[in-house]
Amino acid sequence: MKSNSKIALLFLAPAISAILIFFFIPVIAAFVISFTDFDIYTLGDFSTLRFIGFDNYIKLLSDELFWTALKNTFYFVVVAGPLSIAVSLSAALLLNSKLTKFKSLFRLAYFLPVVTTLVAVAIVWRFIYHPNFGILNFFLGLIGINPIDWLGDPFWAMPSIIILAVWKNFGYNMIIFIAGLQNIPEELYEAADIEGANAFQKFRFITLPMLAPTTILVSIITMIGYFQLFAEPYVMTQGGPLNKTLSIVQYMYQEGFRWWNMGYSASIAFVLFIIIFIGTIIQFRIQKFNK
Amino acid sequence: MIMFFSAIKKIFLYISFVIIFGCSNRQSDVIEIKFWAMGSEAEQVSKILPEFEKRNPNIKVKVQQIPWTAAQEKLITAFASDNTPDICQLGNTWIPQFSSLNAIVDLTGFVKKSSVVKPEYFFPGVWETNIINNQIFGIPWYVDTRLMFYRKDVFERAGFNQPPKNWDELYLLCKKVKELDKGAEKYPIFIPTNEWNSFIIFGLQARAKLLKEKDTRGNFSSKEFKEAFDYLIRFHKEKLTPFGMMQVTNVYQAMAEEYISIYLSGPWNIPEFKKWMTGNLADKWATAPMPGHKNEYPGLSLAGGSSLVIFRNSKHKDECWKLIEFLSEPQIQLKVYDVTNNLPSVIEAWKDSSLANDIYMKAFYQQLQNVISAPKIPEWEQIVFSKLQQYAEFAARGVMTTEEALKKLDEDTDRILEKRRWMTFRAK
Repeated sequence: MKSNSKIALLFLAPAISAILIFFFIPVIAAFVISFTDFDIYTLGDFSTLRFIGFDNYIKLLSDELFWTALKNTFYFVVVAGPLSIAVSLSAALLLNSKLTKFKSLFRLAYFLPVVTTLVAVAIVWRFIYHPNFGILNFFLGLIGINPIDWLGDPFWAMPSIIILAVWKNFGYNMIIFIAGLQNIPEELYEAADIEGANAFQKFRFITLPMLAPTTILVSIITMIGYFQLFAEPYVMTQGGPLNKTLSIVQYMYQEGFRWWNMGYSASIAFVLFIIIFIGTIIQFRIQKFNK
Repeated sequence: MIMFFSAIKKIFLYISFVIIFGCSNRQSDVIEIKFWAMGSEAEQVSKILPEFEKRNPNIKVKVQQIPWTAAQEKLITAFASDNTPDICQLGNTWIPQFSSLNAIVDLTGFVKKSSVVKPEYFFPGVWETNIINNQIFGIPWYVDTRLMFYRKDVFERAGFNQPPKNWDELYLLCKKVKELDKGAEKYPIFIPTNEWNSFIIFGLQARAKLLKEKDTRGNFSSKEFKEAFDYLIRFHKEKLTPFGMMQVTNVYQAMAEEYISIYLSGPWNIPEFKKWMTGNLADKWATAPMPGHKNEYPGLSLAGGSSLVIFRNSKHKDECWKLIEFLSEPQIQLKVYDVTNNLPSVIEAWKDSSLANDIYMKAFYQQLQNVISAPKIPEWEQIVFSKLQQYAEFAARGVMTTEEALKKLDEDTDRILEKRRWMTFRAK
């Protein structure tokens, strides 16, 4: 038995050491750095490093830009998260319906944005959103709505990013939902048919409960992913206008890799970690409560 | 099994041969220097280097291209991991960062002995950007500065046969141009809030001291800077300029369509304007030096461009210096101008007909005599990119008054410079 576990350890050693070297050590180093003022001067002359305790974290609390970024990120997660799940669930239901034709074609088409490079997508969407020549404003004009400066208006910039992100990402969750839907035994629906249940009742009392594990998985993945919002605003708006699309990861990136305030940037990373951690726990609790 | 081992043995032998002979081969007196250049410069400079290698058969230059957008990150990462090149092209606003990192060397000794690189051969304002604490950290390779690109025909319709010479004239002109097509969505000028340069240029023209206390505190609330800031924000308040880049996806197209009529920018736009302003628009645009604050003309602008620096870790500093001297020769500077459109940093090169007879270049030549350096501290880019642009936007959109914006800007600047204060004033 004992020698067995030794052998197991031996086989695990490469994986464990890789995780140690490339994951745990950097995380611990970042944690230590978050208590220092590691910056560009430190990179040149290590003696300028100061241990400043919780100063970075305290500074964060009074940093208006940090709160703006946090607020924007929450706005994005709270609106785009459920919206994205709703869209991908609807798409999955449509594709799973017996009435739909050319299923694999649609599945491919809906999945295409997921695998397309974001930078290319962003360029196209910047044209779509263009205030004067954009196709979106053209269609709005047909029904008599005045042109909107989608990316330039502080009010509309974040909704624009949300629409883009939902469109870009729903295909991935849709595939997971389709898999979940196909796992629901057909007999349940047949039984419901015999009992005379209508389509909505079948959806409410069979599909949704049976999909609960899939939904919780999808919502956790989506939440974690959306809290790390970065690329969409980075390529579309660079955080503007008026910082209305600045996300927390973008702020962290700016502080760390643009201005080399590594200490401060690391403290932002750990605050983000704690937020995502709490979010995940809450979602697990909700699931347990439902059971 | 034995077969297997003998195969391994053979491979080992082969590898060790390659290592031993490969290395001894390399020691045959040819020194390779690593030269990092950015964007298209890297591609084009490779065409010029064979001449250098012909003159110096013992030196081989290996050019590596790094994209502008990732250049700073790559260089700092290279520095952190001891993988710096021997010689590199640096935007001259980056020199303070790399000198405070202690990554690049003082070139004063080389300059004193050189007959090719002498301070008086270069534009003084640009040369000055490379000097920190009386040490020369870079040699200007090419220069740029911002001035006025404008629509001649629009100016004429507004009753101006000459570009504006001072602030009042510029404002008046913009007012007149705005009145030409009432109702049409057009703007006389483009001063985007996400380009910090204009704000600093007008501040310097008003003789503002941007930082105080040995460059350790912001001084943007000063009377002089506030005057410049108020002046520019007024263009936004009176709808004489679009807010930022978001409203103008393509500046050249906007200029061609008269959506804007003045753009304050640099020489890199010239090829683009030539491309967009064709047909009967070809002679409708021109360049002019910056208007001055009151009576001085041309007004000041910022000294920009790229310098060549030598990294401390380089083992071949003398060879690098030879390359710098080569690239500073007037005829080589002209060749670089020819293939990259980057303006020569050596004044002598400007006497060549390709520059002296170019109608768009005259204004640049004039402007380059009137350039000044931005404050030379490593935090400068953070202050202007992340803070000045932000508060300029807040003020332009009326979210804050200019007083509030500048007060906040000073507060943020002081916060950014906290470490610098500590380092400057700590007991030594």
